[in-house]
Amino acid sequence: MDRLSLTNKSASTVALEGLAKSVGNWLPAAAQGICPVDTVAAYIKTCLTQSCGKCVPCRVGLKKLGEIHEKILEGNGEMQDLSLIESTAAVIADSADCAIGYIAGEMALTAVRAFRDDYESHIRKNWCSAREEQPVPCSALCPAQVDIPGYIALVSNGRYADAIRLIRKDNPFPSVCGLICEHPCETGCKRNLVDDAVNIRGIKRYAAEKAGHVPAPGCGEPTGKKVAVIGAGPAGLTAAYYLALMGHRVDVYEKRSHAGGMLRYGIPDYRLPEKTLTDEINVILETGVNLHLNTDIGKDISITEIVEGADATFITIGAHSDKKLRIDGENLNGVIPAVSLLRKIGDGEKPDFSGKKVCVVGGGNVAMDAARSSVRLGAEKVSIVYRRRQADMTALAEEVEGAIAEGCEPVTMMAPVRVEGDENGNAKYLICQPQIISNISRDGRPGVKAADEPEVKLDADIIIVAIGQAIESAPFGEFGLPLKWDTIAASDECDFENVPGVFCGGDCATGPATVIKAIAAGKVAARNIDKYLGFDHEIKLDVEIPAPSLHDRPACGRVTMKERDADERKHDFDLMEKCMTEQEVMQESSRCLGCDHFGYGKFRGGRCFKW
Amino acid sequence: MVNLKIDGIAVSVPENTTILEAAAKVGINIPTLCYLKDLNEIGACRICVVEIEGTEKLRAACNNPVEEGMVVYTDSPKVRKARKTNLQLILSQHDSKCTSCYRNGNCTLQSLSEKFGITSNPFTETPAKNNWNYEFPLIREESKCIKCMRCIQICDKVQSLNIWDLKGTGSHTTVGVAGGKTIDGVHCSLCGQCITHCPVGALHERDDTAKVICALEDEKKVTVVQIAPAVRAAWGEHLGVKREDATVKKLVSALRKIGFDYIFDTNFSADLTIMEEGSEFIEKLTHREENKFPMFTSCCPGWVRFIKTEYPDMVNMLSTAKSPQAMFGAVTKTYFTEKAGVAPENIFSVSIMPCTSKKSECDIETLNGSGEKDVDVVLTTREVDRLIKASNIDVAALEEEDFDSPLGDGSGAAVIFGATGGVMEAALRSAYYLVTGKKPDPDAFRSVRGFDGPWREAQIDIDGTTVNVAVASGLANTRALLEAIRAGKVSYDFVEIMACPGGCGGGGGQPIHDGEELAQARDENLYTLDKNNPVRFSHENPAVLKVYEEYFGKPLSHKAHELLHTDHFSWDVVK
Repeated sequence: MDRLSLTNKSASTVALEGLAKSVGNWLPAAAQGICPVDTVAAYIKTCLTQSCGKCVPCRVGLKKLGEIHEKILEGNGEMQDLSLIESTAAVIADSADCAIGYIAGEMALTAVRAFRDDYESHIRKNWCSAREEQPVPCSALCPAQVDIPGYIALVSNGRYADAIRLIRKDNPFPSVCGLICEHPCETGCKRNLVDDAVNIRGIKRYAAEKAGHVPAPGCGEPTGKKVAVIGAGPAGLTAAYYLALMGHRVDVYEKRSHAGGMLRYGIPDYRLPEKTLTDEINVILETGVNLHLNTDIGKDISITEIVEGADATFITIGAHSDKKLRIDGENLNGVIPAVSLLRKIGDGEKPDFSGKKVCVVGGGNVAMDAARSSVRLGAEKVSIVYRRRQADMTALAEEVEGAIAEGCEPVTMMAPVRVEGDENGNAKYLICQPQIISNISRDGRPGVKAADEPEVKLDADIIIVAIGQAIESAPFGEFGLPLKWDTIAASDECDFENVPGVFCGGDCATGPATVIKAIAAGKVAARNIDKYLGFDHEIKLDVEIPAPSLHDRPACGRVTMKERDADERKHDFDLMEKCMTEQEVMQESSRCLGCDHFGYGKFRGGRCFKW
Repeated sequence: MVNLKIDGIAVSVPENTTILEAAAKVGINIPTLCYLKDLNEIGACRICVVEIEGTEKLRAACNNPVEEGMVVYTDSPKVRKARKTNLQLILSQHDSKCTSCYRNGNCTLQSLSEKFGITSNPFTETPAKNNWNYEFPLIREESKCIKCMRCIQICDKVQSLNIWDLKGTGSHTTVGVAGGKTIDGVHCSLCGQCITHCPVGALHERDDTAKVICALEDEKKVTVVQIAPAVRAAWGEHLGVKREDATVKKLVSALRKIGFDYIFDTNFSADLTIMEEGSEFIEKLTHREENKFPMFTSCCPGWVRFIKTEYPDMVNMLSTAKSPQAMFGAVTKTYFTEKAGVAPENIFSVSIMPCTSKKSECDIETLNGSGEKDVDVVLTTREVDRLIKASNIDVAALEEEDFDSPLGDGSGAAVIFGATGGVMEAALRSAYYLVTGKKPDPDAFRSVRGFDGPWREAQIDIDGTTVNVAVASGLANTRALLEAIRAGKVSYDFVEIMACPGGCGGGGGQPIHDGEELAQARDENLYTLDKNNPVRFSHENPAVLKVYEEYFGKPLSHKAHELLHTDHFSWDVVK
């Protein structure tokens, strides 16, 4: 036998790993506007680099698939090429010996079927429809299309109030979003190609804090038109804000005692302080929006009365009701929906959980809010009971990590089967059936099935159910709006085919989603209501954006947000996240690659001056 | 002011000045290729890159503003290397058969290659294949396109037609007709602005010189040629003759040497147009209630294509008068053939135009009045220059020669047809006379001249009646005007539109000078010719008076309607 030796990474291995990592970063950072056919061609080529070359389908088949793709991309494709791709890919998928071949074949097969229209467009017209109109990835991924490079440039120049004005062109909630936006913008940040996405939300928060009160811009000439908005959540208030700026009279009807919707009644103060929210809403009200609180549409005033009394109506009632576990014992005392708990807290009522053992069921952001609020309400123990693995939780990773840091315990791979109570009808135990992770479904999420293990009994004085929200849409269905499940089935333009003058958007139309999506719905509704009323008002950019800095952008770590110590923050509802320092925000802003100016943005779509 | 140093020279410029402009201020000429001031400042070709002290990455000079204290090097080894490599990369995808290219000797890529000493290319040359309808008057050679995007920008921003778009992504990115359509299937006005703003030979007109040469060689054919007003202001530019020396009479001489039998002036039919269009306008004014206003001029075929495709509901507001080219064609194969005793089918009628759209106009069947094709072939100014060069004519030695009779007379009013506002001014001169019987000061209506604003307007008092007129050139400006009219924001009686910015002086068939806009200089030349012309009114053109006397009777007569007017609804731009 030869002597053995340990293997060390050679320089070329390290370089190759770097290359592979870069390829991994590449696609998500530019996933919009790329040609599906070109992407499949590149994918096949990448797969081929992994082929050992032993077997025919992989070695030759993938190569031929690549050649056909190139032929199509060069504008020389024929329709019969599509069936050739399909049949060849199927044979590769069926007959390759190892995963390198058969996965590549399967993906190629899926692709040619999913992108059939794109392939045909290439073949018939030599035309790719994939090219994007909005090449600035952060703005394109922001549902409200906020001019992110613009406000980052303004922050770099210390012009915080201008940054807020610029954000408000597309989103009247800069302070709120600075704290709690899920920042889909960051996922596509081109900075991912270099190192890591720019901390966009953190920069926005800094701007909002430093800017202080920035008054709303003046309203346009009164149009004499009346718009009614049902629901004072982020979608309703956004629409109200823009409609008021356009010169319409806006009346917002809110069922509860305060405006804000889920921002107030769903998001706890430690993430979004009540004062920040109130200040932001007050700016919106500065435009002259009339707010009618404690007015339950359908009860206090009929829907018909509202719709008939206005020139247009925007329905945005949110998703404030709860979904049930549908297990035995769910009616016992102590089993409460998360939305009810959070709503109570939003109204300033804080129940005392001292000494209680709390089980929160669910793995989304609402579950984390409920769990972390329970900690703050004094609970002795908080468990987060979830059917899948921690990695499968839909909550933002930092929310899960924050909850754990505050002492919450994830109890994963557990499906609740019943609640057991004491003789007084109070919940005592949550009985769970352990699960095993299972096959991955088409949407990419793994399923679960019952594990061959006995049931588990968790102590539970309080069981908070956070498995989704429902919409109180029935009265609107009776009024004549189409419903799909419990959502109000509005179009992507936030209107209805056969109900002129009635618009709808936000959680009630989409099911529970993010704040920024609700804001986007408000913006879309405002524009389309204005059009419906026969106007063409423009919301314009009134801030001059500074010239881009020409400095290099070397690789540099991302500044992450710091939080107050878990030990300290878990005792109160005060804001837990700290703001960036000036030094941090200046460094972070300078990381922005300026896609509005450098690259395609300078040619097209770098800046949207008005909408 | 911002202070910086460029190649060791201290510069002080206002904020937001680009590095390119700052360098030019101190005489440093940074080379550019894709750059087109105000229209295409996108830094795509990377030829204008410069080095900035303290940074590793080179930056485009054309679209990056100066910064205080900046130290710029425009010719460092790094810059030179980048420029040369990028040029070689562009050349690797460019069909570099310069000898058979329309832009040989007038190509920015060619001159940059020469300037940067490109004598070889390490990259394989793989120009794309051409795929085009070569029957169409506008031709794009994919194999020569360098993807500078200028054609897209000029069509989007100046002409608002968005005919061109990027197609494909990544390395497959190129320019194509938007939406994957074919050029004859879209609303292209054929203005040719994309041609005159292309830095290379990727865009050009369909070359029809061979057809003309063929006719000249055909002994049975009597060749007649007409010269459009704006051609005389530009034809010498690429023949080494100064504008003021390149007179139209020398062009007449050149054409005679080439072998044309009759050399006439489109100015004749421009005057005829004024008689017809002016009379039509007065007729409409006197029956105001029965007519829709404004009345639009109809002499620009690019504009006619535009209104027919983009504003079809307004086509009924176009004057029914044919363009001067078409009137000329009709008169040539009727009145002239009768007078000269030549059978119309033996006439080969050529027109020399500053225009690419006129090439499609002459193919509109319903425009023919003689029973033959009224105008057989249209050559652009550039093509006639090529014809002159190919005929080995010593342009500098040309003597002045007169036009032939009877269609060789033109007034000063006719020559300014080639400038934006000129048709309006000419029409007002004669309309004033036709209504009042009095001759106005020929320069009385000069307020419609100029280049400012999206459009210009004037109120003209004709015998107590106020006539509101407007003039626009460039199709984005035109669109703005039409939208304002449609929205009721403005209202006019008579509107002149020219598709090309500055009118025919800036026509898409004129000689190309990369990066320069010459419409204004050419227009000024035409105004000088007007001023120096003893006849300043269309209705005083003796040849025009004669043609009415001998043939048409009077403006708007039955015969005039038959030959000089047209039905704009009788044909479609997109078939």
